[in-house]
Amino acid sequence: MTTPPRTQPRATLQRDKTPDSHAFPTRSYDLVKEFVIALVVVAVLTGALAALFSSPDEKSITMSTWAKAAPNDVIATAAGELAGTTTSAGYGAPYNTNSDGQKLGPLSLQKWGGVRLPVDSAGLVLGPLAGVSGDSTLTSALGTWKAANADQQTKWATDYSEALAKAPEGDPTKVASADYGPVPVISAGLLTLAQTGGLEGVLTSSGNFYGGDQTQSLLLLSDGAYLEDQARARNLGGDQWGMMNETGNYPGQPWMWLYTFWYQVPPFATSDNADAQVWGLMMVLTLALMFVPFIPGLRSIPRLIPIHRLIWRNYYRRAARR
Amino acid sequence: MTTGADSLSRTDTTAAESWTVRLRSRIVGLVPAGQALPDRQPVYVASWIYVFGVLTLAALAVVIVTGGILALGGAAWWHVSSLGLFVNSLHLWSVELFFAFMVVHLWGKFWMAAWRGRRAMTWITGVVLFGASIGTAFTGYLSQANFASQWISAQAKDGLNSIGVGAYFNVLNPGQMLLWHVVLLPFAVGVITVMHVVLVRRHGVVPPIDAVDPSIEREV
Repeated sequence: MTTPPRTQPRATLQRDKTPDSHAFPTRSYDLVKEFVIALVVVAVLTGALAALFSSPDEKSITMSTWAKAAPNDVIATAAGELAGTTTSAGYGAPYNTNSDGQKLGPLSLQKWGGVRLPVDSAGLVLGPLAGVSGDSTLTSALGTWKAANADQQTKWATDYSEALAKAPEGDPTKVASADYGPVPVISAGLLTLAQTGGLEGVLTSSGNFYGGDQTQSLLLLSDGAYLEDQARARNLGGDQWGMMNETGNYPGQPWMWLYTFWYQVPPFATSDNADAQVWGLMMVLTLALMFVPFIPGLRSIPRLIPIHRLIWRNYYRRAARR
Repeated sequence: MTTGADSLSRTDTTAAESWTVRLRSRIVGLVPAGQALPDRQPVYVASWIYVFGVLTLAALAVVIVTGGILALGGAAWWHVSSLGLFVNSLHLWSVELFFAFMVVHLWGKFWMAAWRGRRAMTWITGVVLFGASIGTAFTGYLSQANFASQWISAQAKDGLNSIGVGAYFNVLNPGQMLLWHVVLLPFAVGVITVMHVVLVRRHGVVPPIDAVDPSIEREV
């Protein structure tokens, strides 16, 4: 049985009075040597892991890839953007004012962030097509769209979106006959532009030769089903611990496990405000971790669960002998 | 008439008011004499758990060096070069090791209640460092310019937008994310790391829980 070490007399010592570390007897300890050895070990270990397992680099999905692999999805997405029914169209801040966005209790943090990255969902389709020349049918369709009032535009696009949803496999050649105005031609025009590989360039450059901001092209791609389908096929969906996973058999970001965990369990898994709630919770937990030294009860856990007796077992053994 | 003593006195006063002298004094006073790089440690510093802080620092050094080599080749280099891919692999695995070591270090310090003895700021800087490191790694994943970064950014935007941060920190803009990844966040991690290490050296390694002050022990 281990005898507890002798502690300071109660009259002279409060439990939170930790002695000065410089008052203790010392032993030789070569910090520089320790660091150099650690550096060599880490470098060798890193090299071995890199040589053995390499790193994942699955090519990005291009608009051309999307258009060739899932043309019906591109058509449906284009119609949805024109109808204002896609995710980005009704997103709210920071892209538009079409929704208040998520709330954290009574706090509309998303809305308060402001519309700093304005994106017009119909513009994701009409903008790139405005630069297409040599296609009189498309030019005429764009003219018809522009000349119509907003209600008429919405009716055409909504009717076409709904007809596509009902068509077998969303095939635009099998939609029920009706007056969809210029929407089928415009949607097909976006598909053609995407197939040629010119779509993301137009969306990304925004008139700037260098471009570099993929906000619009990623929003358009995310509005379709193809990106998520590909992610889910790789077990990267939001309800598949997707945020912390990586393509292939790689560890990804395991340090984000707690953040990802909340998305897997109720009430967050089914909440419309899950993102705001999870972020709010993680902020509280992070602050709690930061201020553990000042939180009664929490700061006493290490004393109550004596793992420190294992860490400092030599010291306690010597102290017990004294 | 000005005497030599007056002149000397003025000179001394000037030195005492010198910003340089004050800054030097502040820097020198950050760590007790001989404790910046000591060759001895208290006897209770005898456990493998102490190695993980140094291992974390070593891994950080490898992360910085491999990231620097990646930067030499440019953002797209590792996609088209086998050497670039290997360097990217080194960068990835050093980051994985960095976090593994840091988490063990953090838990070790938790169970040691290492915030005792006016070391709360050391603990707090450690936690902030952990958070800043997560942000740095996260922006790295967003800067890969591949399928993973497409999907992660599409997912992450909802979280950041939901609390209003996405309006300023746009994860769909890889140019912005790359600059955060290679400049702003590494700078933050570097500065906080220096603060953390200085605080460790300033206060020394925390004594065991319920340890007796050796001077009192001798009296008893």
